[in-house]
Amino acid sequence: MFQFMHYPPQLWFGQLSLGLINGSFYALLSLGLAVIFGMLNIVNFAHGAVYMLGAFCAWFLLNGFDIPYPVLVHGHLALASAHLPSHLNMWWALFLSPLFVGIFGMILQRTMLRRLDGLEPIYGLLLTFGLAAIIQGLLQNAYGSSGEPYDIPGVLSGGHNLGFMFLPNYRIFVVVASSIVCFGTWFAIERTRFGATLRAATENPKLVQAFGINVPLMITLTYGLGVAIAAFAGVLAAPIYQVNPTMGADLIVVVFAVVVIGGMGSILGSIISGYMLGLIEGVTKVIYPQASGVIVFVIMAVVLLMRPSGLFGRAS
Amino acid sequence: MAAVLDTARPATGKGTSRRPEIIGIALLLAALMVAPFFVYPFFLMDALCFALMACAFNLLVGYAGLLSFGHAMFMGTGSYICAWLAVTYGQPVWLGIIAGVAAATLLGALTGVLAIRRQGIYFSMVTLALSQLIYFVAVEASFTHGEDGLQPVAQGKIFGGLLDLSQPLQLYFCVLVIFAAGFLLIYRIINSPFGEVLKAIRENEPRAISLGYKADHYKFMAFTLSAALTGLAGATKAVVVQHASLSDVYWTTSGSIILMTLVGGMGTILGPVLGAFIIEGMQNYLATAGQWVSVIQGLVFVVCVLAFRKGIIGEVAARLGIRL
Repeated sequence: MFQFMHYPPQLWFGQLSLGLINGSFYALLSLGLAVIFGMLNIVNFAHGAVYMLGAFCAWFLLNGFDIPYPVLVHGHLALASAHLPSHLNMWWALFLSPLFVGIFGMILQRTMLRRLDGLEPIYGLLLTFGLAAIIQGLLQNAYGSSGEPYDIPGVLSGGHNLGFMFLPNYRIFVVVASSIVCFGTWFAIERTRFGATLRAATENPKLVQAFGINVPLMITLTYGLGVAIAAFAGVLAAPIYQVNPTMGADLIVVVFAVVVIGGMGSILGSIISGYMLGLIEGVTKVIYPQASGVIVFVIMAVVLLMRPSGLFGRAS
Repeated sequence: MAAVLDTARPATGKGTSRRPEIIGIALLLAALMVAPFFVYPFFLMDALCFALMACAFNLLVGYAGLLSFGHAMFMGTGSYICAWLAVTYGQPVWLGIIAGVAAATLLGALTGVLAIRRQGIYFSMVTLALSQLIYFVAVEASFTHGEDGLQPVAQGKIFGGLLDLSQPLQLYFCVLVIFAAGFLLIYRIINSPFGEVLKAIRENEPRAISLGYKADHYKFMAFTLSAALTGLAGATKAVVVQHASLSDVYWTTSGSIILMTLVGGMGTILGPVLGAFIIEGMQNYLATAGQWVSVIQGLVFVVCVLAFRKGIIGEVAARLGIRL
């Protein structure tokens, strides 16, 4: 059997397929960030938290949800909970979780983010940072930090033996599903009439509103869409990484670096840089595993030196 | 991009008096002189270190309009280098503090070159990513002892036995001297011609450039100065708590520094000090509450951004009609 750079092919293909999976999550998250930033001029720090919320939502749909309510025990206030049973598997979760989390996001946008219109974008970053801390803290209180396993539907378990490696079916499914969502979002924004209106509203909201289009509603829907994509990524990630309140916290920092590398100006750019950096991380895990945690940040530093506006960014 | 913070105001000139600020600073320093006789000194020392960090951070966000989300890397570097010299090589802590500041300054210069190449929101993301890079280095490097951290930093006697830092009061007044020196230096920088140019860049960068100021040069200087002072606070904190750990470099610490400055008032000289005492006090009070601290901090963030953007000092000054 051939060897590439002294490493066995099983290692190469294993890490590259994992890299492609991580790249799928980077692509989905940075795509959502780009869509939201384009329309709201806000960098959504809560993106990691809604990704995690998407995974938790899937877990609730499968295992049921405990609704906490306060009770009086010997004159003291305490929390009790009522179990709301649910046995909806991942196929349901892939639809329902983005829907619920998207609605939650739209409520956040309507009640809070909207109040920051016309202010410096850093306030959006600070507000969403606070929201992320609240969401993550609440779930950590309820579920600790250890993580809960999430089972995949029977169809997706198992895998194919390709001769040179064993490829789990679920990895194929994640890459295909994320590509479909990425391509679909790109198509909807760049190639449809709705997308054209959206892009116009990004450029000049007042003018588009003058044509009788409800721009505030459009902004809310855009935020909901960006958040729903993150929740979709969270559902896909649930079986791979465990469902954990901290699963989005470090990921969001990496995705920020991806966004700096790709530039937030282009939808396609954020998708391509997401997959690309996932693959590069996979390669690093084979060649020099110690550096796999920092490679994305190192690449970001190099890109900043060579091309400050990002690989796909327009020079400002 | 012109940074139009809520704290934005015309550069110091006619009609602005520095008197309220000077009275405030005098009151603050006087209160800190007597405070250890009434309040637990270790809480005060910890809060003073964070106060210096928040002031250094405020130099950047409040006066240069640059929101750094990565100040934990300077704090962590100062604290790790100081603890490393003291724990591994048995060097006196004053040498550790000097080395910590030097290392943080160097890191500030290196990351500053990269970070100021992007503006506005990208600047925040770049600094956050760079600080995560330093975090991973701290996790992987052998000298940091990973999860265990470096301890114990022996405070001991310094300057030929003149000062015994294991005595809480002697340590407290050393920390107070370091804080006061850093704080007054920042006050001096803000009110220097250099500080005026920074404010001009914050208000309208293209205009400052067209007037002949090298904006990038000024931003780089401000960034490096802020990094150095944050490193000083970090190294001092390592001496106070006798410990350097991964949480010092982690980005949630950057979030705490931002929160302190936001609560007290961005772009006010006393705001970050007040904010640091409030947030540290809250964390101390809620120490047993576990993850509720994170929830409450998040709530404070949300409330401040939505309703309270000037911070406590900023709001009070606005009510009293004082232009800071």
